Amino acid sequence: MVNKFVKRLYTTLIFLFLYAPIIILIVFSFNSSKSRGTWDSFTFKWYIELFKNQEIMKSLYYTIIIAVLSAAISTAIGTFAAIGIYNMNYFGKKVVLNLNYLPVLNPDIVTAISLMTLFRFMNLELGFLSMLLSHITFCIPYVILSVLPKLKQMNKHLAEAAMDLGATPFYALRKVIIPEIMPGIITGALMAFTLSIDDFVISFFNTGSGVTNLSITVYSMARRGIKPEINALSSLMFITVLVLLLIINNRTSKDIERRGEA
Amino acid sequence: MKLKWISYPYVFWMILFIVIPLMLVLVFSFTTGNLSFTLENFQKFFQPLYLKVLGKSVDLALKSTLACLILGYPIAMIISKESIKKRNAMILLFVLPMWMNFLLRTYAWMTLLGKNGVINFLLTKMGFEPLNLLYNDSAVLMGMIYNFLPFMVLPIYSVLIKIDKSLIEAAEDLGASKLEVFSKVIFPLSLPGVISGITMVFMPALSTFVISRLLGGGQYYLIGNLVEQQFLLAGDWNFGSAISIIMMIFILIAMIITSKFDKDKEGGGLW
Amino acid sequence: MKNNKVIDLKNVNKEYNGVEVLKNINLYVRENEFLTLLGPSGCGKTTTLRIIGGFEQPTSGEVIFEGKNITSIPPYERQINTVFQKYALFPHMDVFDNVAFGLKIKKIHKSVIKEKVTSMLKMINLEGFENRSIDSLSGGQQQRVAIARALVNEPKVLLLDEPLGALDLKLRKEMQIELKNMQKRVGITFIYVTHDQEEALTMSDTIVVLDKGEIQQIGTPVDIYNEPKNAFVAKFIGESNIIDGIMHEDFVVEFAGKTFECVDKGFADDEEIDVVIRPEDLNIVTADEGMLKGIVKSVTFKGVHYEMIVDSGDFQWKVHSTIMKPVNTEIGMSIIPENIHVMKKVRKK
Repeated sequence: MVNKFVKRLYTTLIFLFLYAPIIILIVFSFNSSKSRGTWDSFTFKWYIELFKNQEIMKSLYYTIIIAVLSAAISTAIGTFAAIGIYNMNYFGKKVVLNLNYLPVLNPDIVTAISLMTLFRFMNLELGFLSMLLSHITFCIPYVILSVLPKLKQMNKHLAEAAMDLGATPFYALRKVIIPEIMPGIITGALMAFTLSIDDFVISFFNTGSGVTNLSITVYSMARRGIKPEINALSSLMFITVLVLLLIINNRTSKDIERRGEA
Repeated sequence: MKLKWISYPYVFWMILFIVIPLMLVLVFSFTTGNLSFTLENFQKFFQPLYLKVLGKSVDLALKSTLACLILGYPIAMIISKESIKKRNAMILLFVLPMWMNFLLRTYAWMTLLGKNGVINFLLTKMGFEPLNLLYNDSAVLMGMIYNFLPFMVLPIYSVLIKIDKSLIEAAEDLGASKLEVFSKVIFPLSLPGVISGITMVFMPALSTFVISRLLGGGQYYLIGNLVEQQFLLAGDWNFGSAISIIMMIFILIAMIITSKFDKDKEGGGLW
Repeated sequence: MKNNKVIDLKNVNKEYNGVEVLKNINLYVRENEFLTLLGPSGCGKTTTLRIIGGFEQPTSGEVIFEGKNITSIPPYERQINTVFQKYALFPHMDVFDNVAFGLKIKKIHKSVIKEKVTSMLKMINLEGFENRSIDSLSGGQQQRVAIARALVNEPKVLLLDEPLGALDLKLRKEMQIELKNMQKRVGITFIYVTHDQEEALTMSDTIVVLDKGEIQQIGTPVDIYNEPKNAFVAKFIGESNIIDGIMHEDFVVEFAGKTFECVDKGFADDEEIDVVIRPEDLNIVTADEGMLKGIVKSVTFKGVHYEMIVDSGDFQWKVHSTIMKPVNTEIGMSIIPENIHVMKKVRKK
């Protein structure tokens, strides 16, 4: 049928459009010639060069450290924040949530320069600490976004039942509430980690003293011209993101299944 | 119970890292170096040079949003009509590039469009002249569409799959043709997703500076580049803040307009 | 049965968002009593229970437990346990851990916990269910785990918030009997909340009827059924015919245009009152013999009896009888003095 053919064609074109650039990058990461036109021979040398490149390795180090730290800290703060917000009255809840989503709604360049302004105002030298604080700030709303729905799904009498049986509020929190919302906490942590690894704009404005992350390095390298090491880097990052995404997707669909059964 | 106090650390954090910075930007925009109140930062913006930049930014943002809508709606529809397993797989594939590093995705287009890039390579091999594909409006537009298309498709898709099949069947039962079913039932019901998508494309498109810098070149200025320039090169934080405030106002207006359409306030969301 | 007051509510008021949810609640619960708080939705029964449990604070008034004022003591320090309406079992723990939860907090030795939990599970007929997950249990089973989880802590008072609401009819009736037997066996005070008057009549030693935050009547099931204090209680408990009347003098009342002998006294001469007659107390006789006369307007078969609506001109009588008289028959109804209940008129708001 013509209709089906048109649909197939359109779908193929769109997916081609989406993937062509990435595939080209990956393919040419194995090309021994620097040019993007001619194919020389298959090689892993750019991958090796990649790992020898000090600039890239240093920024990879910072990227991962910042991502792990900001994921951990923002998950902790965000989880407690979500629990607290859940227990607030209507008015408080509205105010806090609306303020909370500002970094999500604002263009990232505005969040970036506002934080930069804050650090100047606080006389904080731009570097590791400022980048970390910025990352935590934009990660927390996403953690809250993951945890809050889980709290709403929870039977609201669980905490009361625990306290009825003798648990102090803190014990109830530890042994009842947190285990119950754990899936949301983990998804939030994964999201925070992924967002942090991928961030450019906010990091760009709020770092200094030689602290960079992968995105910033790619930016400065790309401005100077094309480098095959970046192609190799792209392939590796693509695989990493693919794995992370599969994990998150698996968790969300398992969760939907579980809820469907219950 | 009385557990709400455990959110107070975050409330404090929010005030320190979200509220105060924005206030500072506001203050900066209304002052000069010696902290006296002034409107000159805003007045400075209303010069032809800068207004042109704003105009181009809005123009490109609108064009890319429209392009994403026209290209994205059909694909959202096509995927939503597949079986659950197939469409989950397709949507995952669709979303995957979105999660790839944004810099690298934009950089990938540089390799495609550049003077010695893949497209020009193919063209010369076929005997054509190499084209100047990079460092112009079209390249930036292409970059925007490429980056933001999934943001348009996802919300529309997630609303489309939630449409009750029995509504479509009821319309068909009452005699509506395929086109009428679309225009009278499906499209109106998908509007919240469309609104969501438009919001999620227009705003970043308006405020981007990476796409314009990498694909437009060092002399290409959108409003995002202007802000970057003021803060990092020219050192005029007051002017930069004013521009940011203007940008936020635009975004606020866009949000108000879209929320008028989306009375449900449900939107499409990302998941 | 001991007569010590284990719970005493004194002048408890609760205001919420400007609305008075509880007005001047005064009631006490005796040791080993099965007391039910009964009333329609929104009457304040659950709020009262939650105040006793410590999950809500009264706006004014006191909660006395065994002579001590516990009004400001948090729930985890009260020797009271609650069975929640939707059970509130901990989903991420199995049956054993759920039941053992309170014991673990009290830092009781592992072997003792094992012993107590096992015997409790035996008592509720869930022996062998220790390692089952909560979502693998049926509603009735979850119900019993919730009760076990509360009882294993040997509280002085057990609070139950409409625990049987989610069960089907047959299971409800079985559980009602089981709960009553459990209470007698374990020998602790039960405070039970329900809107189902039949349930309350079946299980309770004492019933407290509430409406709009106020206590309407406190009494035994028999008292409340036979001597409702006002029209609300009469309407809420069992079915009734309520008709205006005048109390001429002690033991003499007039209604439906006739004078009757009755067993109530203590009203003012010629006071306007409400007369309550239960449908099952109207005996069907021939039209001539009846003190009241009317025409049968409708007949419904209810299994246990027939329900007939009899129109006597200015009143529609509801009659329950095993005798069936077809529609449009003229019949007579007679009634003995003991079954005529006189109540004070409640001012219409």
